Amino acid sequence: MSGVRVLVGTRKGAFVLTADGKRKDWNVDGPFFAGWEMYHLKGSPADPNRIYASQSTGWHGQVIQRSDDGGKSWNPVGNDFRYATVPGTHQWYDGTPHPWEFARVWHLEPSLTDPDTVYAGVEDAALFRSVDAGGSWQELPGLREHGSGPHWQPGAGGMCLHTIILDPSNPERMFIAISAAGAFRTDNGGKTWQPINRGLKSGAIPEEEAEVGHCVHHVAMHPDRPGTLYMQKHWDVMRSDDAGDNWYDVGDSLPTDFGFVIDVHAHEPETLYIVPIKSDLEHFPLDGALRVFRSRTGGNEWEPLTKGLPQDNCYVNVLRDAMSIDSLDECGVYFGTTGGQVYCSPDGGDTWSAIVRDLPAVLSVEVQTLK
Amino acid sequence: MLPGHLKRLAQVDHEVAVDVATATIASVLDAVEAAYPALRGTIRDQSTGKRRNFIRYFACNEDLSHSSADDPLPDAVVSGAEPLLVVGAMAGG
Repeated sequence: MSGVRVLVGTRKGAFVLTADGKRKDWNVDGPFFAGWEMYHLKGSPADPNRIYASQSTGWHGQVIQRSDDGGKSWNPVGNDFRYATVPGTHQWYDGTPHPWEFARVWHLEPSLTDPDTVYAGVEDAALFRSVDAGGSWQELPGLREHGSGPHWQPGAGGMCLHTIILDPSNPERMFIAISAAGAFRTDNGGKTWQPINRGLKSGAIPEEEAEVGHCVHHVAMHPDRPGTLYMQKHWDVMRSDDAGDNWYDVGDSLPTDFGFVIDVHAHEPETLYIVPIKSDLEHFPLDGALRVFRSRTGGNEWEPLTKGLPQDNCYVNVLRDAMSIDSLDECGVYFGTTGGQVYCSPDGGDTWSAIVRDLPAVLSVEVQTLK
Repeated sequence: MLPGHLKRLAQVDHEVAVDVATATIASVLDAVEAAYPALRGTIRDQSTGKRRNFIRYFACNEDLSHSSADDPLPDAVVSGAEPLLVVGAMAGG
């Protein structure tokens, strides 16, 4: 019997939502780690029972939790994140040099093949890896040694490495993204990195098309087409067909192209989903109407999806890691809001309903497809 | 005495007692972290050993947060009559 497990990280704990393949009747477990900020939870593609979770508070710092039974029970594992080299400085909000300081783990990306290997994207931006199931963490220092680090700067949420994409066709290739530095790619397993921001235009920085300094909000890839990347930038929805070497804008026809999430249909590599947000000053949907926009053409042509979503007086946000896609035959799409709703569409976006409505503000949503 | 979040993380529901040769904040926290490894980094920064910003230490109605972590603790704490309190600073949210 197929089913799904939705891992929800919120400002005040984690929740696990499960359903069979129909995705109509849901069981809600939680809160786990009540009172803690749960920036991200993600299961191993190689062993769905293995789940990693990032738990933190301003009082007690970072904890990493691991479950080996699909989220029923959890144990804290290693939480010592030390930069491998002298951290140096990045830019502060006012442009002055600021020392690199570890704050939290924003994103956990388990290996595609080894349940004991997992990557962590952290604030202040760096990439760490554990090869012992989270017991210990080592930085991949080549990213910060690229040389552009002194020009990286924090976005409003901090200088976070929030996106990690592992290329299923090439174990040496990874993509990451940092707010506000931009996207980077390695082709040698993380030893060296190159910025991949050509084509991005950011009016808020002194040099609009600079090599780094772009506030990339999220990047998505379809595993069958690893050379094609889709990006939701601070403003602009972008696409690359050459693994990030060049980007072009595919969001001009949207009512607003500001937003945080972007994701790709499980079976249709040209079908994208985004949730447009009014602006960088007003982090809520345009006109108080919560609409997912879908493109079936890899961008440029977009349709609003509204059935089952509130179309009046809705002023929530959808944060960058709060959308996910399952891989059942009829692809399910999920997203969570800062108002505590988690929505599911079991039919590729045509219709939506809330699985839960009153959770704490949702920080992340990841779905596991269980077969 | 630990704050509620840390009791839950350490899976204890009571005060934690440790034996140390010389009772200081540093030695007590070393012993607590050895007994409950899940607490490493949650009271003191793991790389610098410094008290986390939103943590304070109290004992016998005294704020020891800004004392040296290597100063001897009061006799009443050493004897077990009074606890060393590890407290999360008041902050909203």
